[in-house]
Amino acid sequence: MTRIMMTAVVLTAGLASAGTVTVKGSDTMVVLAQRWAEEAMKKNAAVKIQVTGGGSGTGISALINGTTEIATASRSMKPQERDQLKAKTKADVVEIVTAKDGVTFYVNEKNPVTSLTPEQLQKIYLGDVTNWKEVGGPDARIILYSRESSSGTYVFVKEHLLKNGDYAATAQTLPGTAAVVNAVAKEKNGIGYGGAAYAKGVRELKVRVGAEEISPTLENVRSGKYPLSRDLYFYLRGAPAGDVKSFVDFCLSADGQAIVTKVGYFPLK
Amino acid sequence: MVTTPPGEVVSSRRWRQVRERLVEGAVTAVAFLGVAAIALIFVFVAREALPTLASAEELKDFTLSKLFLPQVIREGKPATFMWQPVSEVPKVSLIPLFIGTLKVSLVGIVIAAPLGVLAALFTSELAPRRLREWLKPAIELLAGVPSVVLGFFALMVLATALQDTFGLAYRLNALVAGVALSLAIVPVVFTVAEDALTAVPRSYREASLALGATRWETAWRVVLPAAAPGVLAACVLGLGRAVGETMIVLMASGNAAIVSASLTDSTRTMSATIAAEMGEVVVGSAHYSLLFLIGVQLFVVAFVLNLLAGLGAKRVVRRLGGRR
Repeated sequence: MTRIMMTAVVLTAGLASAGTVTVKGSDTMVVLAQRWAEEAMKKNAAVKIQVTGGGSGTGISALINGTTEIATASRSMKPQERDQLKAKTKADVVEIVTAKDGVTFYVNEKNPVTSLTPEQLQKIYLGDVTNWKEVGGPDARIILYSRESSSGTYVFVKEHLLKNGDYAATAQTLPGTAAVVNAVAKEKNGIGYGGAAYAKGVRELKVRVGAEEISPTLENVRSGKYPLSRDLYFYLRGAPAGDVKSFVDFCLSADGQAIVTKVGYFPLK
Repeated sequence: MVTTPPGEVVSSRRWRQVRERLVEGAVTAVAFLGVAAIALIFVFVAREALPTLASAEELKDFTLSKLFLPQVIREGKPATFMWQPVSEVPKVSLIPLFIGTLKVSLVGIVIAAPLGVLAALFTSELAPRRLREWLKPAIELLAGVPSVVLGFFALMVLATALQDTFGLAYRLNALVAGVALSLAIVPVVFTVAEDALTAVPRSYREASLALGATRWETAWRVVLPAAAPGVLAACVLGLGRAVGETMIVLMASGNAAIVSASLTDSTRTMSATIAAEMGEVVVGSAHYSLLFLIGVQLFVVAFVLNLLAGLGAKRVVRRLGGRR
C-alpha cells in the first residue's frame, strides 16, 4: 500500500503543475489532512490533493527533496533541516500552525488525586511508580490503561511524556478513547489517556507545573500553557501560491477549523 | 403394464451414468477446493512471514534471540521479555504472547472440558428422550452466539462481577477472558463428545445393566471409558478453538503483554495481537512480517491440535469395531 502511495507521490510530483497538490508527513495528521483534502476537492474539483503519511520526518525530507509541496509535521522543524532546505532550494521555510493537539489524562471520579506533574505521569507510565500512595493517593496499585500502538495518541504520549521510553509492560491497551474512558470509569484505581472526554465516572487530571494546576481546556491547549499540548504544522518551500495557497487558506478557514474539531484536535480560533 | 423398448433402456442408463460421473466430479472438485483454499492461505501467510527469517535487513531488529530471549530494555534494569514493536528500538519478544495465549486457553479448556463432557454424558446416557431432544439443540445454539457478543458480555458484566467477588487488582485479566472463552468452547466439546458417546454400541450398555450396574455406573464406568479417545479428541478440538479465538480475548483480557504466572494479571494473546496491530501496520514492514509469523505459529498449533483430535476420533471407531 505504502509502495503504491509512494509511486503515486513521485508521479504526482512530476505532474505537479497539472492542478495537483501533494501533502506528505505526520501520521498523526494524516486523517485530518485527508478530511481537509476531501472537503477542499468538493469545493474545487479541478485541483487534486494527494495525502500520504509516513511520519513527520519523512514529510520534511520529502519537502527538502522536492517530492512534496506541503509537509505535515507534529513537531517543529529542526535548525539543520531548515539549513538543508535553504541550501538545496534557495527558498525560506514557511511554517504554518494549522491546529493544536493535546492529550488528557483521566482517573476514576472516586480517586482523590486531582493533579499530577508531568514527571509523575512519566514515572507512572514507565512503571517506576506503581502505587497511588507515592503520588498522594490511597494505598492501592495503579492500573494503567494505554492505547493500541497504531494510535497517534500512543505515539504522542510516548514521544512527549515518556521521552521515547517504553510503556510499562503492565499497561493495558484498549482500542479508542471511549474504551479507555469506560475502563477507567469502572476501575477505581485506573488511569488512562486520550482526547477530551466528558464521560460519567471519570475526572480529567490537571497537570501541575510548579504550584499551578492547569486543566486541559481549549484555552490552555490553544495558548500552549497546558504542558501536554503541541502544534500541528504545515511546512512549505517559500510563500504559498496558487493551488497550494487556496488549500492552506481553506484549512485555516472557519470550515477547515470545524473539521479540526470533528477529527478530535483543537482548532486555532 | 407399459413395456419400454430395449434401446431406450440402454440410452437412459447411459445418461444416468454420465450424470453420475458429472455429479461425482463436481462434488470432488468442491471438496478439493476447500483443501486448496487452506493450502493457499498457508502459503500466503508463510510467504508474508518469510522476511522475518530470511531478510538480512530485518534480522538486525528481529534476531531469534530478540524474539525469544530476555533483553535489557533500560540500563541498570534486569533483562526482560517485552512486546512493544512500535518504538524507536522495537521490542519484539514473543514470550509474553505465548504465555498469554497459553494462560487464557488453559483456563478456558479447564472450565469447558468437564462441563462439556458431563453435559454430553447426561444428554446421551441419562436424560429422558424428550429432555434430550430439547437439551441438545439448546447447547449447540450456544455455538451460534457471535464471539463479539460473548466478549462484550465479558467486558461489561463478567469482569465487574469477578472483580467485586474476588477483589482482583485488574478488572480485565486472563481469568475473565478464560471464563468467557469457555462459553464459546463448551458447545464444541459437547457436540464432539456427545457423538463419541452415542457411537458406543447398545450391547455395551445392555451387558453392563444385565450385570446389575446402575445407569450412572454404566455411563461412568463403561460408556465413558469406551468412548475415551473421542472424548479426549473433543477436548483437544476445544483447545484448538481456544487458541485461535480472537474477539473474546481482545475485549476481555486487557491486552497487556506481561510475563507472569498469575491468572488475575492482565494478559495479551497472539491472536489479539494480530487483530489489534494489523490495522495500522505499514505493509511490507518488519512489524508486518512479524505479525504474519505469529499467524503461521497459530496456524501450525491449530493444525496439530486438529490432527490429534482426528486421530483420537479414529481410534474410538476402531476400538468399538472390536479391532485394537
